[in-house]
Amino acid sequence: MASEHQSALSFFDRQPGTSGGITSWIFSTDHKRIGIMYLWGIMGFFIVGMLLGFLIRLELIAPGRDIMDQQTYNVMFTLHGVIMIFLVVIPSIPAAFGNIFLPIQIGAEDVSFPRLNNFSWWLYLTGALLALVSLFTGNGPPDTGWTFYVPFSSNVTTTNVNVAVIAVFILGFSSILTGLNFVTTLHRLRAPGMTWTRMPLFCWSLYATGWIQILATPVLGITVLLIFAERVLGVGLFDPAKGGDPILYQHLFWLYSHPAVYIMILPAMGVISDVIPVFARRDIFGYKMIAFSSVMIAFAGSLVWAHHMFTSGMSDTAVLVFSFLTFVVAIPSAIKVFNWVSTLYKGSIYTDPPFWYALAFIFLFSVGGLTGLILGAAGTDIHVHDTYFVVGHFHYVIFGGLGFGLFSAMHYWFPKIFGRMYNSRMAKISCVIIFVGFNVLYFPMLIMGMQGMPRRYYDYLPQYAFGHLISTIGSWILIAGLLLMFGNLIRGAFKGKKCGSNPWGGASLEWQIPSPPPHHNFVTEPVVDRGPYDFRGVERDECD
Amino acid sequence: MSAIKDYTGAKLGMWLFLFTEVLLFGGLFLLYAAYLHKFPAEFHLAGKELNVVLGGTNTVVLISSSWFMALAISALQQGRVDHCKKLMLLTLAMAMTFLVIKYFEWSAKIHHGIFPDSPELLARPAGEVVYFGLYYLMTGLHGLHVILGGGLITFAYVLIVRGKVTPQDFVFLENAGLYWHLVDLVWIYLFPLFYLIA
Repeated sequence: MASEHQSALSFFDRQPGTSGGITSWIFSTDHKRIGIMYLWGIMGFFIVGMLLGFLIRLELIAPGRDIMDQQTYNVMFTLHGVIMIFLVVIPSIPAAFGNIFLPIQIGAEDVSFPRLNNFSWWLYLTGALLALVSLFTGNGPPDTGWTFYVPFSSNVTTTNVNVAVIAVFILGFSSILTGLNFVTTLHRLRAPGMTWTRMPLFCWSLYATGWIQILATPVLGITVLLIFAERVLGVGLFDPAKGGDPILYQHLFWLYSHPAVYIMILPAMGVISDVIPVFARRDIFGYKMIAFSSVMIAFAGSLVWAHHMFTSGMSDTAVLVFSFLTFVVAIPSAIKVFNWVSTLYKGSIYTDPPFWYALAFIFLFSVGGLTGLILGAAGTDIHVHDTYFVVGHFHYVIFGGLGFGLFSAMHYWFPKIFGRMYNSRMAKISCVIIFVGFNVLYFPMLIMGMQGMPRRYYDYLPQYAFGHLISTIGSWILIAGLLLMFGNLIRGAFKGKKCGSNPWGGASLEWQIPSPPPHHNFVTEPVVDRGPYDFRGVERDECD
Repeated sequence: MSAIKDYTGAKLGMWLFLFTEVLLFGGLFLLYAAYLHKFPAEFHLAGKELNVVLGGTNTVVLISSSWFMALAISALQQGRVDHCKKLMLLTLAMAMTFLVIKYFEWSAKIHHGIFPDSPELLARPAGEVVYFGLYYLMTGLHGLHVILGGGLITFAYVLIVRGKVTPQDFVFLENAGLYWHLVDLVWIYLFPLFYLIA
């Protein structure tokens, strides 16, 4: 099959004997093309979610009404949450970079089920379009918050929750099929010599993520279907007037949504585990512990959901058990952080942009993780529950963690995907601006939360005015940095300097093939005889 | 080097998918457990109103359909394609029988004014409202899976007719069979929980 001529073509080029054009993308079964389509979709929705966040912050710049009324504000934060969680964060690294690089990193030609992979992307598209439909039909966009808590979502609000929850169901299905595909691929398609412990840690993190997607997401599916049934049929399973119990909804919802936090963060940890050794020029410290801790997080993370519900009236025994289990999850996360830092010790460090984002990740994720312990301890949680402290905490974890992991991945694999290099200086400047803006935006939230500012409020007391003002100013800095970063990347994709196949001197398989990768990845099936972080004899290719 | 048929991979993928189905129903079983604990007496009373004979018949129908499905797979593996097709049609006939019986059960209940949000039902104790809410949701979702499973078997049938699924390459039929057994298995749990709880 793979003639000399064919191997010279990248996956962007039209393949001989095909018609090319848009159908060769949207019906493509090539994991790289599917990944690129996810990437564009995710970036597009990230911009939308970012603008919604910007408007929320603008409304909160001063007490009272500034630019929108209460109902619009409720809609805004709901949409910000739904778009960011279900359309950006959950698919982000796995669906985009996982699709592009997981098969290459294990020496495979594609994922196990290429057509199913294309179907997942169509489900993502359908879910995204339905989410958009929910904005413009019925009685306006949902105003429930992304958690769709009952009884407000099932019995009270008249907004278009029905369409939104169906969109979430379909997006969940897309996520399940991606996870299923990855787990099967990792079991079945590893190249000769690619043992489990020679896999890049990115693959290990996707493996753990895949299992969470498979086992947790169906619970979300049934939960949102139940909301739909409540609204359409009036079954009453969560309606106290009909004998139902709203707290059970919260249990079902978090049964998925807490593990989902690890769907979000694990792939980012995988990226960091790949980036750190490449730029420190050292084998990763504690490979097996990092790989094992991913699986450990996936397991333990499934047992902690009720720590979102300490104030819901659960029994004290349940509160204590879930609080304890929450502390247990901190252990594997800390294992990873310590191992990354140990890898840097006595390394010969190259400070290229992916590394800057990775360092920012470690710092911001640590802040997020430590504030998480304050929330996980039942005693302190009572004080800060449902305050801005929570908002600050999860933005540190999700944006500071997953977001910076995603940016690091973008800068790390960019020359591999496009065969070109962005402006490195500009990438570093935007990293610093984003980092500063991020902390100015979210750190005041932690302080305001400690002082008692409740989350999701449209208006606030004058004593919080200063904190909110600083936070809003931070959002401007952050957005400026993000736009600079995206601009630099997009410009680099078209006009950047051409680069060799291995500009960072990576040792994993994706760096052994041309950039952009050819259609079938490898001309002949690779045989692996060394680890993914064995840099002996690996040189960096210079960009011209 | 493309389009390598990975038999084990295909089976693994199907098993993973079955896990997701188990957890999808798992959410509802969890609700059932919580509400049974809360309203044991009402569940007992409401359970008496379901027709054990019809439910039992349906259980027999589904289990034997699963048996025919398993025989169909064996027949295909042995190269007896025509026999396999007959057995698949028999499986589909059983699936239809199940749905018809289910239809009569549901319409009898609805005829008596017992369906979600009906005035008749809401006048009853809370526990019975919850019981029938769960009854309709869980058997409804299961019924949907019977239809999906039937569709999958029909599709496998078409593939056999077209020569895409063959005695050498039967993994699609096997996977359809696995799915069908899951549908059967869920019912084996639903039957005692609703019909025999009284």
